[in-house]
Amino acid sequence: MMDAVVSSEVGVDPGLRRDDEASRGDAALRFITCGSVDDGKSTLIGRLLVDSKAVLQDQLAGVHRAGAVDLALLTDGLSAEREQGITIDVAYRYFASPRRKFVIGDTPGHVQYTRNMVTAASGADAAVVLVDATKLQWRDAQPALLPQTRRHALLVDLLRVPSIVFAINKLDAVEDPALAYRHIAGALAAFSHAAGIQPRAVVPLSALQGFNVVQPAAGWAGYVGPSLLQLLETLPATTAEADQGFAFPVQWVEKFSESAETAQGRRVFWGRVATGTVQPGDAVRVMPSGQAAVVAQVLDAVRRPTRGIAGHSAGIVLDREVDISRGDWLLAHDAPAAVREVTGTVAWLDDEPLVAGRTYWALHGHRWVKARVQRVVHQLDVQTLAEQEAEALPPNGIGVVKLVLQEPLATRPFAKARVPGSLVLVDTATHRTSGALLVR
Amino acid sequence: MNARVDPQLLSRVSNRHLDALEEEAIFVLREVAAAFERPALLFSGGKDSLVLLKCAEKAFGSGRLPYPLLMIDTGHNFPEVTAFRDRRAKELGAELVVRSVEDSMRRGTVRLAYPGESRNAHQSVTLLEAIEEFRFDALIGGARRDEEKARAKERVFSHRDSFGQWQPKSQRPELWTLFNTRLQPGEHFRVFPISNWTELDVWQYIEREAVELPSLYYAHRREVVERRGLLVPVTELTPPRDGEEVVTRTVRFRTVGDITCTCPVASTAASAADVVAETIAADVSERGATRMDDKTSDASMEKRKKDGYF
Repeated sequence: MMDAVVSSEVGVDPGLRRDDEASRGDAALRFITCGSVDDGKSTLIGRLLVDSKAVLQDQLAGVHRAGAVDLALLTDGLSAEREQGITIDVAYRYFASPRRKFVIGDTPGHVQYTRNMVTAASGADAAVVLVDATKLQWRDAQPALLPQTRRHALLVDLLRVPSIVFAINKLDAVEDPALAYRHIAGALAAFSHAAGIQPRAVVPLSALQGFNVVQPAAGWAGYVGPSLLQLLETLPATTAEADQGFAFPVQWVEKFSESAETAQGRRVFWGRVATGTVQPGDAVRVMPSGQAAVVAQVLDAVRRPTRGIAGHSAGIVLDREVDISRGDWLLAHDAPAAVREVTGTVAWLDDEPLVAGRTYWALHGHRWVKARVQRVVHQLDVQTLAEQEAEALPPNGIGVVKLVLQEPLATRPFAKARVPGSLVLVDTATHRTSGALLVR
Repeated sequence: MNARVDPQLLSRVSNRHLDALEEEAIFVLREVAAAFERPALLFSGGKDSLVLLKCAEKAFGSGRLPYPLLMIDTGHNFPEVTAFRDRRAKELGAELVVRSVEDSMRRGTVRLAYPGESRNAHQSVTLLEAIEEFRFDALIGGARRDEEKARAKERVFSHRDSFGQWQPKSQRPELWTLFNTRLQPGEHFRVFPISNWTELDVWQYIEREAVELPSLYYAHRREVVERRGLLVPVTELTPPRDGEEVVTRTVRFRTVGDITCTCPVASTAASAADVVAETIAADVSERGATRMDDKTSDASMEKRKKDGYF
């Protein structure tokens, strides 16, 4: 297989396959692979890249370990990763099938690198959660899943990654693939139901052998359906929240006097529209000052007049002089009031625990405020999904906390509005990015 | 690497995805302008930094770049590239700061192991000296994740400690576009606005935006020797070794770095559109085809980055 790829004529087709997606006008799909350590994530990505002919000759030449081809070496690029045979940080890879362009985030499985998995998940359109069939008691009617499988599925769902696909890997290494697939799929369905997760599919595969990764293996393991790649080709990209009220965090204030594009004496407020849309004539309110103004002009990322829509850069010129700085928000005139207290679900990413009573920096849009943890409402047990009492959240813990803010913020529930609903918490002493908070 | 692409097929390769990549780059370039006190944009005159500059022109308006351009000169640059760099900086009205490895050698902070040693890796020392001299807190670079495996691991906002070192095991989580730009004294960030671009994206953008490049990027006749599968340019700094035959070939450069470690590829591509076609048909990666110094060990880039390399 590998030799065939290396020696096959590499001419027109692989290249066009790498980019042909764009000709159909589809957006690239950003997806991550996650799951427990040694579930075969890096091997799966290697298989996707090799079988879709996205790997170049010199890169393939570097993937031999102990005399054998090791597809994981295509993505494990750090020497510490090669030494240990594990993935520490996200590797981003780019490839295209005949139908679509893809960006893959290959994420670590180890619990202590959950933060890197969360990093990749925050920007993903889809997540492939890998389950290693050989690690489970697959002869049981409902085998117990590994904690990392549950943790990753919960985190991906929490972060509102639009599509979750479970992929049961290494089914070539079990005696009865069909039985193992049926039992493990049953356990995943039960867990998903209990956690309120709606997976798109449960696909059996062998990353090592290439079954169901790029080429469908009809009927294998009792499964008739698309291969993983075929499935990924059809998944939606994350939709911008254009149907919500207008919210716009001010990234950069351009002061000008000589600019030809706009009237003398005004300033342009640049940023990315978080939710909703904006056009000239719209009434807006400035947070935190509460001042009102009317939009005079909207520019796109490269300064052409336009209307602004969620997800895209915009430059906004107002009809009057208003004191606005980086970090302020422009909001629809009827937006809900800003708040001094926020309750949200936290994914804790620091090696030090989150401690009730401590003050952290919170970053919301481009605004930094001090935030004190008033209390930990509860911690989630990823095994049982039970809500437990807690005073602190351990590294990689998931829980709900209540924050008191130094200044009001215009938050919205994350379930409705990703940008206004998300904050990161930063340790005031070490400056490490310590937690992701999703507003309830 | 002559293209074997049917022009009709090529016309189907859309470049609409470039809008999203450009918008992301502009967002990051503005974030640096707003979040840092003393940023600079690393500018070598190479294609990636010229693409970056094009995005910056769009982000801030022509002639209004809010940060200086910084060039670390190994003294082993192709003269065409240096001349091009100076002309572009002047046209843009940008401040150009050049710091040279030779000055570091004179100061004794860089010592070569042997006289002909490549100075490429030693740029890190000169770069860190420049960072200290100007107290830069953010350096914008044109690195892309598709270039190399260690690059593929890098954040868009990559934190460096007070020794300028990258710590791959403890990178800051980077959630959504909430970039934690907080620094302790002496630390800085390396920022990569075109992280998510591929070599093909860069060339499609160069074609679409008519970005002017140094002539080395297009086909020209050059004296080379063949060495370990690479075409090594014959220059004063890289003379032929005993027994090597000097031949004249039609070549172009896929990257233009330090002369002592940058090789051209055989090519007749005379325009950006030709290069797009060749890149689509390429079967060897940009670095694999052109860089002598990356081949020494699989982790050589990672090691250099830990030492403060860009």
